[in-house]
Amino acid sequence: MHPIQLIVFLPLLAALVAGLGARLIGKVPAKLVTTGALFASCALSWPIFLSFLSGSAEASVVPVLQWVRSGNLDFQWALRVDTLTAIMLVVITSVSALVHLYSWGYMDEDPDQPRFFAYLSLFTFAMLMLVTADNLVQMFFGWEGVGLASYLLIGFWFRKPSANAAAMKAFVVNRVGDLGFMLGIFGTFLVFGTVSIPAILAAAPGMAGSTIGFLGHRFDTMTVLCILLFIGAMGKSAQLGLHTWLPDAMEGPTPVSALIHAATMVTAGVFMVCRLSPVFQTSETAMTVVTYVGAATCFFAATIGTTQWDIKRVIAYSTCSQLGYMFVAAGVGAPGAAMFHLFTHAFFKALLFLGAGSVIHAMHHEQDMRFYGGLRKHIPLTFWAMMMGTLAITGVGIVDVFGFAGFYSKDSILEAAYASGTSAGHFGFWCGITAALMTSFYSWRLMFLTFWGKPRWDQSEHIQHAVHDAHGHDDHAHGHDDHGHDHGHGHGHSHDGTAGYHPHESPLPMLLPLALLSVGAVLAGYVFHHAFISEGGGEFWKSSVAFSEHLIHAMHGVPEWVKWAPFGVMITGLAVAYIAYIANPGLPAVFSGAIGPLYRFVLNKWYFDELYNALFVKPAMALGRVFWKQGDIGIIDRFGPNGAAALVARSSRIAVRLQSGYLNSYALVMLVGLVGAVSWVIAK
Amino acid sequence: MNGVPILSLMLLVPLVGAVACLMAGREQARVIALAATLVDLVLGAFLWSHYQIGGPQWQFQEHAAIFAGFEWKLGIDGIALLLIALTVFLMPICIGASWNAIEKRAGEYYANFLIMETLMIGVFTAQDLFLFYIMFEAGLIPMYLIIGIWGGADRIYASYKFFLYTLLGSVLMLIAMMWMVNEAGTSDIPTLMAYSFPVKAQTWLWLAFFASFAVKMPMWPTHTWLPDAHVQAPTAGSVILAGVLLKMGGYGFIRFSLPMFPEASAQFAPLIYGLSMAAVVITSLIALVQHDMKKLIAYSSVAHMAIVTVGLFAFNRQGLEGSMIVMLSHGIVSGALFLAVGVIYDRLHTREIDRYGGLAINMPAYALFFMLFTMASVGLPGTSGFVGEFLSLMGIYAQSSWVALVCTTGIILGAAYMLYLYRRVVFGVQKNADAAAMPDLDAREWAMMIPLAVAVLWMGVYPETFLAPMRKDIAGLEARLAQARPKGDADVQIAAISPAAATHEHGDAMEHGAQVHGPEAAHGEAR
Repeated sequence: MHPIQLIVFLPLLAALVAGLGARLIGKVPAKLVTTGALFASCALSWPIFLSFLSGSAEASVVPVLQWVRSGNLDFQWALRVDTLTAIMLVVITSVSALVHLYSWGYMDEDPDQPRFFAYLSLFTFAMLMLVTADNLVQMFFGWEGVGLASYLLIGFWFRKPSANAAAMKAFVVNRVGDLGFMLGIFGTFLVFGTVSIPAILAAAPGMAGSTIGFLGHRFDTMTVLCILLFIGAMGKSAQLGLHTWLPDAMEGPTPVSALIHAATMVTAGVFMVCRLSPVFQTSETAMTVVTYVGAATCFFAATIGTTQWDIKRVIAYSTCSQLGYMFVAAGVGAPGAAMFHLFTHAFFKALLFLGAGSVIHAMHHEQDMRFYGGLRKHIPLTFWAMMMGTLAITGVGIVDVFGFAGFYSKDSILEAAYASGTSAGHFGFWCGITAALMTSFYSWRLMFLTFWGKPRWDQSEHIQHAVHDAHGHDDHAHGHDDHGHDHGHGHGHSHDGTAGYHPHESPLPMLLPLALLSVGAVLAGYVFHHAFISEGGGEFWKSSVAFSEHLIHAMHGVPEWVKWAPFGVMITGLAVAYIAYIANPGLPAVFSGAIGPLYRFVLNKWYFDELYNALFVKPAMALGRVFWKQGDIGIIDRFGPNGAAALVARSSRIAVRLQSGYLNSYALVMLVGLVGAVSWVIAK
Repeated sequence: MNGVPILSLMLLVPLVGAVACLMAGREQARVIALAATLVDLVLGAFLWSHYQIGGPQWQFQEHAAIFAGFEWKLGIDGIALLLIALTVFLMPICIGASWNAIEKRAGEYYANFLIMETLMIGVFTAQDLFLFYIMFEAGLIPMYLIIGIWGGADRIYASYKFFLYTLLGSVLMLIAMMWMVNEAGTSDIPTLMAYSFPVKAQTWLWLAFFASFAVKMPMWPTHTWLPDAHVQAPTAGSVILAGVLLKMGGYGFIRFSLPMFPEASAQFAPLIYGLSMAAVVITSLIALVQHDMKKLIAYSSVAHMAIVTVGLFAFNRQGLEGSMIVMLSHGIVSGALFLAVGVIYDRLHTREIDRYGGLAINMPAYALFFMLFTMASVGLPGTSGFVGEFLSLMGIYAQSSWVALVCTTGIILGAAYMLYLYRRVVFGVQKNADAAAMPDLDAREWAMMIPLAVAVLWMGVYPETFLAPMRKDIAGLEARLAQARPKGDADVQIAAISPAAATHEHGDAMEHGAQVHGPEAAHGEAR
């Protein structure tokens, strides 16, 4: 048995055992089974990755089962392992295993833990099916499977209306993208006669320059196919226009945000474009579209990230923005850089989310950064983990010496964008630089608001509840309930801003993943940049993506200022954040007041939700009602059966003695018909 | 096999059971009915296991002359086999769903169901045109009675509407059948399927059959009987109505309209496309605003059936096979969904969505099954709903990208209305005390849900089981349709002509053979 079968199917098995058998085996065994399965998958994945890293492994496909055969359409369930898959395997299984472990601590008080762990493992299975797909339909299976898992996990706390709404929104918005993906698969099959990915990659160059009819017009074949597929990628990777579900997805438990909405699922779109990079490169138009969409998202999401108060939403918009970087890289023909950023981002973004979860855990479910402050000394381990994540995402590092993970991957994307020499590439470069400035700003803003300054906890309702409950409990022991009430209340308005609350550092199961991911955030770039994005990267990638040695050369030849620009904006962002949130805390309010309308525009996320609500949701509901009340009832029924009924009723006054009821008349008509038919045949 | 007239036996068993039910009390009747349907299920399994895949087109043939050229003539091909399997699979579940729900005139109720089973199997096995007609039309009488006697408050209006629509179609179809028999000199269906009717006559014949099949399907705008019928019918009635009776329209198209009138089918394909596109968008939007669970699922059925019709009129392998799979899948999934509604209707006696909420808390097993069937309904890959929908839409894309685009929006709208339903019923807080007090599934309900769930996943993961029996028959049908097939709008042109020329000489370029139809040709020309 090939290890890949175990890697993929162990999580499925564990999900089934934990999900269906929890009542039989109990809570702790259910958690043990899922977590154990994931660590086993992880342990099996790293050797595969390392063997590709050392160049000793060859791409292979392990068939599992026939799936569909219809005419010349023929595809199987099969597991493909090559360099690109191997990278995703370690990302998915590592982060997932750590998130499983982390959830032991984070979800400790939740009564529905087996269900939670089952969903997590189910998600991992679907994600693994996605990245091991050898044909587009299996990729789509994984694609929708992770969508389902995401839906279930966002809505995990299903008693909350906001969680349910967010879950549904995520699924439906993703389906808009999937519409494109599906049409892309149909078109691909029509053009190439197959849905097998290697066959399509091989045949794609032969189709460059051909034209295809689509919606009554003729277009370049490859452009149509690539853009349709890319619409799918935009949905899953929350790119501008189809991004609205991602911030709302933060309604889910924080470990979910780390695993699904940062490290793995949302990168599926990037993975798809990289997997199909030889196809995308046959259409310059499609590549340009990918670059522009990525660049625009990168910029747009970063602007919103600078204004949000919810700690998870800041990180969510940051994720959206970082995904934009990856698409810029894929669009300028540097899938190696895109995958490298995907790889490093998975570690530092999962770290930031899990760190945020640790903060939220310490602050009794308070997520608003306005009510944080001064937490550095109270939860030092979490602080240092978050610090590593921040250093990684802002790209701290010195050229040619050492840098944190994001330094290597983000800079290589910016260099690739500049070096590509196209106008789209330059647009990507400037958007990327601007976004890097904002990234640095919002990341440090998050750190300063959370860990520095004076505690502002007393304004938080969550904290007040916590303090109140704790004191109520204490005093209950003394048998003086009323007194306790007053006492707790008094503390709620204490002068040090703590409300008498004592944040606690998270338990070991939560700290261990933070520590391990910190190692990844510090070292992932330094250790692996050579394999991913240097000359000779072709040997590592082995044609699993369209790796361009030429572009790598050009990247080394970019002007010095291009190499140092990210460093410059990183320092600038840090400085601005320091001035605004440490040195002069009154400044942000003054500034946002001065640019009022612009600030509100950004704070309200460019009004996308309001726009879509007015454009799609409300009209759909209104149209539904019109079609129902006016269409079906008002027109079809009125002139159809009801009209006929009136007619029948009138004539039946005459015929009433002949017939008694519809059934009789029905049988009679049939009988008359049959008699007629018989006489016809006999008479002939 | 071995001379056992198994098809006649399958028709006879429920009939005998029906007579027995009429004479028995409530307790005995349901046991008799369950036994009869289970015997038919076993016979169905025997039928499938002895069906030779890739063997003769018509198998298990029986015939006995009755009088004047009319014959008792039965036989099945792979297409019929699958639909018979669906019927015998759903019937015991229907009896199970009625187990405690039916108290009034139970003997007659079960007798009606058993007669309906005979007639449904009869439709799929009949090889004589008039035998088919009798089964096809008579099959609606028990359904009519089930709605009219054991239905809800508005059952009379619903059954009347049901009757009126179907009457219209059947009269026209009968006239067409008589003309056909006169023209071809035989009422033998296999012979007629190979007969070439004059193209002019085909138009009229096609329209006459269309009138009947479009209503049964139901296609927009002749669908308005369906929501009323479903809402008023008892649970088992809905299951069998959605599960099998709606498939008769599709079966009619695939057995009669397409093979007998290929040219007319091609000529009317745009009409089918138009009505189907309208159905997908309009009925999906209507489903979005429903407050009644059954009505919502009924409207979703209309949208799903539209995917069947576009697939059938795609004239290619993926479209035809996909349509068949959609029919089978929809039979199971919508049956399961109606059953799921029935489970909570039995407890609370309301179909009003707002009366429920938070069922995941007190009915976790129910919530799980409901989620599975919801996902199958929205076509999640890995469930039966995906395979058929995917193949059908892929088939129609080859004919028209516009139709494919509009019909594929069904996957967005479908997700919206189904998840909205699920969210209101199963998620959220327990806002109604009586809904919160409902117990989870009992043993009987588990026994009904599990086979459905297994079927949904099986068909999603390994559809080959269901594709293999019909492969040869669909291939034959595709070959028969090949000449009539209209040209698709997506022809790929390899020749490096300038874009401007391409738009100007659109028509010419197509004629000159620069376009390719298949992958082999594409590669050949590309090199």
